[in-house]
Amino acid sequence: MGDKDYILNISDRRPEGKYITPILKGLAYTLKNFFTKPITIKYPTERREVSDRWRGLHRLKVDDQGKLNCVACGLCAKICPPQAITIVPYEDAGGTRYPKEFVIDELRCIFCGFCQEACPKDAIELTKVYDFVDYQREDFIFDIEKLKNPEKYIFAGK
Amino acid sequence: MLEFMTILIIKTLVAFVVALLIVAYSTWIERKVLGHVQLRHGPRRVGYHGLLQPIADGVKGFFKEELIPDNADKPIFILAPIISIGAAVTLVAIVPFGDTVTIMGREITLYLTNPDVGLLLVLGISTIGSYGGILGGWSSGNKYGVIGGLRGAAQMISYELSLALAVIAVVMVSGSLSLVDIVHSQAGLWNIVKQPFAFVLFIICGLAELNRTPFDMPEAEAELACGFNVEYSSMKFALFFMAEYCHMFVFAALVTTLFLGGWHGPIIDGPHWFFLKTFFMIFFCVWERSTFPRLRYDQVMSFGWKILLPFGLLNILLTGLWMLIFNI
Repeated sequence: MGDKDYILNISDRRPEGKYITPILKGLAYTLKNFFTKPITIKYPTERREVSDRWRGLHRLKVDDQGKLNCVACGLCAKICPPQAITIVPYEDAGGTRYPKEFVIDELRCIFCGFCQEACPKDAIELTKVYDFVDYQREDFIFDIEKLKNPEKYIFAGK
Repeated sequence: MLEFMTILIIKTLVAFVVALLIVAYSTWIERKVLGHVQLRHGPRRVGYHGLLQPIADGVKGFFKEELIPDNADKPIFILAPIISIGAAVTLVAIVPFGDTVTIMGREITLYLTNPDVGLLLVLGISTIGSYGGILGGWSSGNKYGVIGGLRGAAQMISYELSLALAVIAVVMVSGSLSLVDIVHSQAGLWNIVKQPFAFVLFIICGLAELNRTPFDMPEAEAELACGFNVEYSSMKFALFFMAEYCHMFVFAALVTTLFLGGWHGPIIDGPHWFFLKTFFMIFFCVWERSTFPRLRYDQVMSFGWKILLPFGLLNILLTGLWMLIFNI
């Protein structure tokens, strides 16, 4: 076996004598692209349609009277892998349980959706809001009021 | 005399401002065209379709921190961008934007100067401009800078020759070194028809002189981390950047002048034709940049010396023969 077998001969990569047509082809291709509509979107004004199963910010669902579905059973807090959910339950005189405090630390949350699956009352769900931004860590700790309406926190640009 | 001086100063100011505006907006054209070629939008946020982007960039450049490395050769480090931009802006003086116009009863030429050796001046000054990059890379005390500067020097020497050969063919056809006379000689037939090979040669070598993408050896982002201007920041970097785009404008103007008939054209006015052709050439510069990958350094050198130089010589020889036979 000679040395030559190991060396890739570069001149073999292009057909002999072809310089001009590939150059013109390349120019034509880029010119065609120049007149094609861009496939990127103008993000904050135009938004990408995400899957129905998208797991974004949480929402605490409310019933017809505007009361929380949640009965503060604590299953979501129990199953939550990063332990992002804190619940302080409360039981009134009639025996109805509801959460006095329901806090999700959105910085700890890994958006696995286990809380949604664990919930027996269909009280918590993950919305399609995927671009919540803020300046302070405290702003990412969502209490009941914030969790009721996560759509308010869609990033609107500026 | 006073009147002459006033007219000259006004013309200088106008040419300077127009050149800087074109420089600023060719960066916008570059980003916009590159964006659309890559199926993106390019700048959109600052102003209508990003039209204020160059101004925002300029303002940002002024407010950036100025850094001079400890082991840089300070005087030369500061001098390099000045040489670069100085040479680039000086070239604008020789560009003939149009023929004479009559404003308020005075004949005013739409070019600043018309030296008899205009073309030689262009070649000489553009070479001085390349010194800016070389000195900048060398003085910044950075290995990438040095390699970028050396590559710039080698490339400049190799491609300047073929550029001059392409220009010689045009001079033979036109019979003058003055840019204005060259444009006048193209009234009937543009030089691109008479000298198609010189046109191709000029564009290739011009792109190499501009350090634009197939030949951006001195910069070579991927291998040299920006080459000669690694250590430059703030307005010093912006000056290099402006010099590059100013050179691009002058190159486009030169192609227009030498090959595309300058201000000649039907229907609309001379200067309009000139700027139309110039902007087409600027667009071409961006277009080819988006198309071609960077050549390997040794390939650039062998292409310059083994193909372009003989090609240029042959072109001159054939032009001479053609002129001898047809007695032009």
